[in-house]
Amino acid sequence: MAEQYVAAVDQGTNSTRCILFDRRGRLVSVAQREHKQHFPRPGWVEHDAAEIWRNVTRVVPSAIRQIGAEPSQIVAIGITNQRETSLLWDRRTGQPIGHAVVWQDTRTDRLIKELAGTEGADRFADLCGLPLTTYFSAPRLRWMLDHTPGLRARAERGEVLFGTMESWLIWNFTGGPDGGLHATDVTNASRTMLMNIETLEWDDQLLAAFDVPRCVLPEIRPSSGVFATATEVLPGVQIGAALGDQQAALFGQTCFSPGEAKCTYGTGSFLLLHTGKEIVRSTHGMLTTVAYQIGSEPAAYALEGSMAVTGSLVQWFRDGLGLIHTAAEIETLARTVEDNGGAYIVPAFSGLFAPHWRSEARGVIAGLTSYITKGHLARAVLEATGFQTLEVVNAMNADSGIALTALKVDGGMTANNLLMQFLADLLDVRVVRPMVTETVSLGAAYAAGLAVGYWPDLEGLRSNWHRAGQWLPNMDPDRRATEYANWQAAVERTFGWIRPDQ
Amino acid sequence: MLRLLAAAPNGLGVADLGNALGLAKTTVHGILRTLHQVGFVEQDHSGAHYHLSDAFGRLGETYLDPNELRSRAINWADSLASRSGEVVRVGRLVEGKVVVVHHVFRPDDSDQNLDVGTTLPPHACALGKAVLAFDAGGTAKPRKLDAYTTRTIVEPAKLLDELAAVRARGWAGEFEEHTIELAGIAAPIRGLGGLVVGAVGLTGRIERICDSRLRHRADLVTMVRATAEAIGRDLREDR
Repeated sequence: MAEQYVAAVDQGTNSTRCILFDRRGRLVSVAQREHKQHFPRPGWVEHDAAEIWRNVTRVVPSAIRQIGAEPSQIVAIGITNQRETSLLWDRRTGQPIGHAVVWQDTRTDRLIKELAGTEGADRFADLCGLPLTTYFSAPRLRWMLDHTPGLRARAERGEVLFGTMESWLIWNFTGGPDGGLHATDVTNASRTMLMNIETLEWDDQLLAAFDVPRCVLPEIRPSSGVFATATEVLPGVQIGAALGDQQAALFGQTCFSPGEAKCTYGTGSFLLLHTGKEIVRSTHGMLTTVAYQIGSEPAAYALEGSMAVTGSLVQWFRDGLGLIHTAAEIETLARTVEDNGGAYIVPAFSGLFAPHWRSEARGVIAGLTSYITKGHLARAVLEATGFQTLEVVNAMNADSGIALTALKVDGGMTANNLLMQFLADLLDVRVVRPMVTETVSLGAAYAAGLAVGYWPDLEGLRSNWHRAGQWLPNMDPDRRATEYANWQAAVERTFGWIRPDQ
Repeated sequence: MLRLLAAAPNGLGVADLGNALGLAKTTVHGILRTLHQVGFVEQDHSGAHYHLSDAFGRLGETYLDPNELRSRAINWADSLASRSGEVVRVGRLVEGKVVVVHHVFRPDDSDQNLDVGTTLPPHACALGKAVLAFDAGGTAKPRKLDAYTTRTIVEPAKLLDELAAVRARGWAGEFEEHTIELAGIAAPIRGLGGLVVGAVGLTGRIERICDSRLRHRADLVTMVRATAEAIGRDLREDR
């Protein structure tokens, strides 16, 4: 019999990819297409959902073709996606209504303040586990309903569907206007602010607070479980899973037990700590989120620390400043100097995420002197990711009461050895990279493969995990303390930049 | 054509170039395609205009950043390590030595240390022979060859024969030439224009790398070559 594979479709912020995995969790093929980023106004970030679906229809066949396989060798599709990016589309025509509003978009800044009112940003945290920020979907959905003429009435008549990217893909995979399934999974739903974190259902109190009609929302399903059988692109193949990208990475790193954590380094970076069936409420700016749900089993929860700007700071260094030609060259440039020379870059491009959650903060380069060269700035760019991780780890340790002993890392930035060593030095723990860096896709594949019986159980998946690289801490404690104090001083200088009258 | 493109900051179309040079459109197309393949010209987003890439101005420099090579190789190197069960390294030639650009642990979760940045003697390892065989810079003409084991090739003439054999079959093997009981297989990575920018290879105990007749296992050779080809394709296609 011909070899069988699971196809992971990773609908990311910058590109859409299809990766095929074999039974031992090994990557066998990758196809990728970038999509255009639309920046219609400062702080606004949009994607064309139609373009994204077109890319899906291209990358999936292309990944299969690359290894000379047949579509019949694909046993399941696992979908993973950029989270919180929000879209409305017409139920009848299948056309997106305007562009999708991306998770980085800060247009709901003012709305957030109105919604927070006198009760503060945490007024819904008991229900949904999340603070009010521009990051999550519900304020965005409310904004779209308020700012598109006639849309609210159409929504209330049931003519309009809402979804994050996985819903859009599932709906299109299953026929779109022609019988498409309108569904999401618990992990993605847990990022909307509309789902009750305990019941895992849409919450009437939250729907009322955000003024969202229930009929626009998708059905909430477990993350791993057969959603439907595709009729488009891979007709006859079952969609076995959908998970938000960070939860997928946690799954791909086989963090299946409470206390296990991973950090994914991409455009933004996200540290997730598995907390088991227990819902841990953070008092240090971490988010409470659903880690995954397998079929009818109880959901597993996680604490999450989100850093908005990490890899995208390197992109800015490349595209905005033009100091390097490719992202990887930042390591070469950073290695031209011994240290940061006293310079620190705090990339609060759209406010600060965890653990500060300051939407009015804006970035600074602190400690500039005439001594600073582009090499020092390159170091400061990389170190910003390290310092942000340290802040999150400290907060996570305080919330969970357990000190992290090793950090499992993945994502594109793990190719950067200088950064990985800095992380180990700064966190004073082992930093471990698994054999498959593409854990987001791997997690989606694992969850989908479990649903269709391609893999028998979680233990089987664990045995696929192997260490590919490891960095050990090697920094003088005094230097570590000084560096961190300098960083914290720089962070304070970002606060309060956007004033209420602006 | 390069002069025209260099003088046009906004780029030129095929017709512009054809008219200026008195060449047929198909001819211009062919030349542009070649220049594009080697990375000297780029197309704008619409695909209608061509302009000179900045790589052209940096001809004398190392044209592929080592960290770029690692970031392109990482997925494929991981895949090779997990399929073969062996240590995988990516290396490139710098001033006559092989510098390890990327290192993937043997997937048995044993204690291993990253050796990225360390150097290897090119004549005594598969990675080195795979890059030396395609090196035009003079390093292929060896001076003095150090012995690491009794099997290390120390005679320059013998090394040249070995490199010719590597060129002929497209991959390099090593058998206890650097460390007793270890063997290796490596293949060259071809970047833009077919230029060899480094090599990828695996190293392991002889009984795992070689068959019962002490020949390098054909299945591993195929895997290594496919990995080198995949990394090369990534470098050539997606810039």
